[in-house]
Amino acid sequence: MKDSLSLLARIAAHPDSRCWFLAWDPSGTLLASCGGDRSIRLWGKEGSGWVCKSVLGEGHQRTIRKVAWSPCGSYLASASFDATTCIWKKSQDEFECVTTLEGHENEVKSVSWAPSGSLLATCSRDKSVWVWEVDEEDEYECVSVLNAHTQDVKHVVWHPNQELLASASYDDTVKLYREEEDDWVCCATLEGHESTVWSLAFDQSGERLASCSDDKTVRIWHQYKPGNEEGMVCSGADPSWKCICTLSGFHTRTIYDVAWCRLTGALATACGDDAIRIFEEEPLSSPQQPTFALTAHMPRAHSQDVNCVAWNPKEPGLLASCSDDGELAFWKYQRPEVC
Amino acid sequence: MVGPAPGGGSPLENANPLIYRRSGERPVTAREEDDELPDSIDDREIFDLIRSINDPEHPLTLEELNVVEQVRVKVNDAESTVVVEFTPTIPHCSMATLIGLSIKVKLIRSLPERFKVDVHITPGTQASEHAVNKQLADKERVAAASHLLEVVNQCLSARS
Repeated sequence: MKDSLSLLARIAAHPDSRCWFLAWDPSGTLLASCGGDRSIRLWGKEGSGWVCKSVLGEGHQRTIRKVAWSPCGSYLASASFDATTCIWKKSQDEFECVTTLEGHENEVKSVSWAPSGSLLATCSRDKSVWVWEVDEEDEYECVSVLNAHTQDVKHVVWHPNQELLASASYDDTVKLYREEEDDWVCCATLEGHESTVWSLAFDQSGERLASCSDDKTVRIWHQYKPGNEEGMVCSGADPSWKCICTLSGFHTRTIYDVAWCRLTGALATACGDDAIRIFEEEPLSSPQQPTFALTAHMPRAHSQDVNCVAWNPKEPGLLASCSDDGELAFWKYQRPEVC
Repeated sequence: MVGPAPGGGSPLENANPLIYRRSGERPVTAREEDDELPDSIDDREIFDLIRSINDPEHPLTLEELNVVEQVRVKVNDAESTVVVEFTPTIPHCSMATLIGLSIKVKLIRSLPERFKVDVHITPGTQASEHAVNKQLADKERVAAASHLLEVVNQCLSARS
């Protein structure tokens, strides 16, 4: 099982600070990393190695917690503890900070672009989720402030092909939002985790959502639309989400991130016990009650907590990870042969 | 992360704390004097790092207030884990979080980076135990708590 994940490269990406998060651009050729040194670095392949193509500095006064690419790949958004979100625009091969989004009362924890590219979501320790609209002139306007969570909001992510937004919080819940008559409303609350929910990942279809938590479990939630064959009750026209699988007993500390590969369906986790683990759905398990098998376990993948795992969107099995030790690592995942 | 900083003319939250006797200096063993042998980090060593942390509102150490005790320190050098339980003298959240944060920051600064440092309240000694423990375990919130760093540094600095 150990051979299914092999190290390709290890880089001191943010020396003397934490590396908090990673994001692949849609073409899979550039990886953005961010960290406690208040910089964003862009990594690209040159020959057989990975090199730093540019450093985006001077946008933020404090830690950059997360970064996200627009679906077109021309913009990068960065969420910072300085309470702002910067929008970086690509012109030729340079990136320039074109807009700073202000409004959150304190640390911005996460940022995500909707699949259309015309909406952006941010969330903060101020317990709110903000939805921003982008027009053709690169002007950003806040169209909704969502106060459904009762605590620090850790992560936001959009559905892969719908304007459906998900958020994860210190209040142990996941919430989903959609637009309703010019405003945004919370349309579902997913309860079950027993501590902070740190991150979320939709599968390729968007019918399933994975969440990971300080309670050392990963939960898989499934969407049931009104009139579903399984007889799951929905209120009104909104789908209902049910937990169909809990991965427990695999992680020994907080799980900080989860990534669901859109190409292969493999699920990777980043854990506070320094390990990376990969799970795959067992082919013969029931879709309504799936079971997931641990197909790779890399103990001491990093020398400190693993903060993020990110699958390359174009190259199946190429995984990037980063850690509190400031390092960034690239891995090749090969599904073990099943007899 | 927590309420206003202590001091500033406000009345003390715990005006008459019980004071405990400080433990003696750590006896040095023959093995430790032998530079050829590797020393693993033990409970007493961790205790020595935290026992002289200052209480946020009294001119006393955490040891003198019995907030920290050697028996509530558990270190596993081989697995790089340290667990410290502390017992707040008063059931007030802001002080408990601040004390826990001081212990955590002191250990993170002193120990090799491989160590996982877990700091929580002695079970059953605080009404807001769960909330304080959750805050102290959230490394993202600890990292962002820069507004508390000045107070924490005061707790950690040697008294003049």
